[in-house]
Amino acid sequence: MKKLLSSKSLGALIAIVLAYVIVQTLIMVGIVDDYYQILLVTICINIILAVSLNLITGFTGQFSLGHAGFMAIGAYVCGYITVTMDQQFSFLLGILAGAVAAAFVGILIGIPTLRLKGDYLAIATLGMGEIIRILILNIEAVGGASGLSIPQFANWTWVYLFTVATVVIIKNFIDSTHGRACISIREDEIASEAMGINTTRYKVTAFAIGAFFAGIAGALYSLYFYFIKPDQFGFMKSIDILVIVVLGGLGNIRGSIIASVILPSISSYLQEYPELKMVIYSLVLIVIMLLKNKGMTGFKQFIWGKIRKNQSAT
Amino acid sequence: MTLLTVKNLTKSFGGLTAVSNVNMSIEKGELVGLIGPNGAGKTTVFNLLTGVYVPSSGTIELDVDGNPKLLNGLKPYRITKSGIARTFQNIRLFKDLTVLDNVRIAIHHEVKYGLIPAFFRLPSFGREEKEISERAEKLLQIFSLDQKKFELAKNLSYGEQRRLEIARALAANPSLLLLDEPAAGMNPNETAELTELIRWIRKEFNLTILLIEHDMSLVMKICERIYVLDYGMVIANGTPDEIKKNKRVIEAYLGEEIQDA
Repeated sequence: MKKLLSSKSLGALIAIVLAYVIVQTLIMVGIVDDYYQILLVTICINIILAVSLNLITGFTGQFSLGHAGFMAIGAYVCGYITVTMDQQFSFLLGILAGAVAAAFVGILIGIPTLRLKGDYLAIATLGMGEIIRILILNIEAVGGASGLSIPQFANWTWVYLFTVATVVIIKNFIDSTHGRACISIREDEIASEAMGINTTRYKVTAFAIGAFFAGIAGALYSLYFYFIKPDQFGFMKSIDILVIVVLGGLGNIRGSIIASVILPSISSYLQEYPELKMVIYSLVLIVIMLLKNKGMTGFKQFIWGKIRKNQSAT
Repeated sequence: MTLLTVKNLTKSFGGLTAVSNVNMSIEKGELVGLIGPNGAGKTTVFNLLTGVYVPSSGTIELDVDGNPKLLNGLKPYRITKSGIARTFQNIRLFKDLTVLDNVRIAIHHEVKYGLIPAFFRLPSFGREEKEISERAEKLLQIFSLDQKKFELAKNLSYGEQRRLEIARALAANPSLLLLDEPAAGMNPNETAELTELIRWIRKEFNLTILLIEHDMSLVMKICERIYVLDYGMVIANGTPDEIKKNKRVIEAYLGEEIQDA
């Protein structure tokens, strides 16, 4: 119990509750309208996706380009169960089923592909994501190319709850002996194996946990946006998630969260200039990456450094 | 009692036979040296013993507690669990992790709590993590690295990195410790310190040690028995004094004497 109430985790708990209370008040007062709520939910789902991909790519060092595939499995399994059962709380069962299905596919695909390294693995996972998408496209029961409509069960509160749970669980995992085993694979696979770590098992474990939470993200997506189509989960979606992870910093959970907030915000702000949107967005990415290839924390240090310099100059 | 028995160990890479018909046996508690000219196949022997390479033929048997266990073809992590830990010739630390984490990772294979306690920080997580950290810190103290436990491994000096690698190998709790050129790149002072340290850990941890080394002062001083390898074959085996006088060993290192016509 002492551990649970250490000052650090107490601070985190307060921050989590406070963030919720503030947003909830803003929603009730009417400052945060539907448009901003959608943005908030997008941010939360991005956080789940980015943190779970960071576990695979940033911490375990396995370059994966198929994260949207796991998201699609979660979305479709959850959507299908919710629609067919149509009970009050069947959506919770749907989320769980979606996540478990994604994790299962993660294990199935992980065992053969995780023998590959670096860019080879990236291409294999890219192919895997596409295969999942094409398969769903051809399943009539879930609407094929015309998509699937689902009753809107999830609201901002549910999404927030799952986001917090995801971050806490993945953080706990990383700080455990199992997480250290994963990180040692990234650092030096041969040494890791020589120190008694079953590297194959831990690569697959990390892959499965990452897929599990990507499944949750997909399920929440389907339950909040109540309409899903296979092409929403194409490989550009995987790239989007990867961009967030790289921007936030590989192996940096806080960075992933910050990047998950900033990127959708920029993109939503740029909605007003549709013809320039992608150009500016890409430029912003290039500039940030150039400023510091260590990702967001480096960027933060850079910005602070500039501000301090300016202050001392004036 | 014999701890390690190697019989007719052979490894070929395509047409090249790197290790051929090596026979070795190491008694429990012995400190044995493995020497030989560059390219003789010493590190290959280590890689075979630790499962990095699978032997082309021959057997490796480890007998920790009276039940001989065949190690051929086992994955490296299984061999480590069976009781062999090693260091690397070209230091392979987890560079971007702290000194403490480097050691804690090697304790991993003895940790019992599963994934669920890790996800939710159940009591077994806290209890075992505490044990792991205490054990790791004790080891770091022995190697005088406890002051630097939160530093990244890459920021340590060369000598400290070598020491950390030995500490990490010991954290895996081996019966047989393989040291691959532990004194490489050290100055004479550091080598002397290392010599003492190896002697001391062997007594303290009740270890059997097999070490590869080029520094003859170290080898001759601490090894009780030496195997000499040349072109992948054992050409001599005996006490340091015997090895010093062995004609084949001298030839292997210095070349044959020129016969006067």
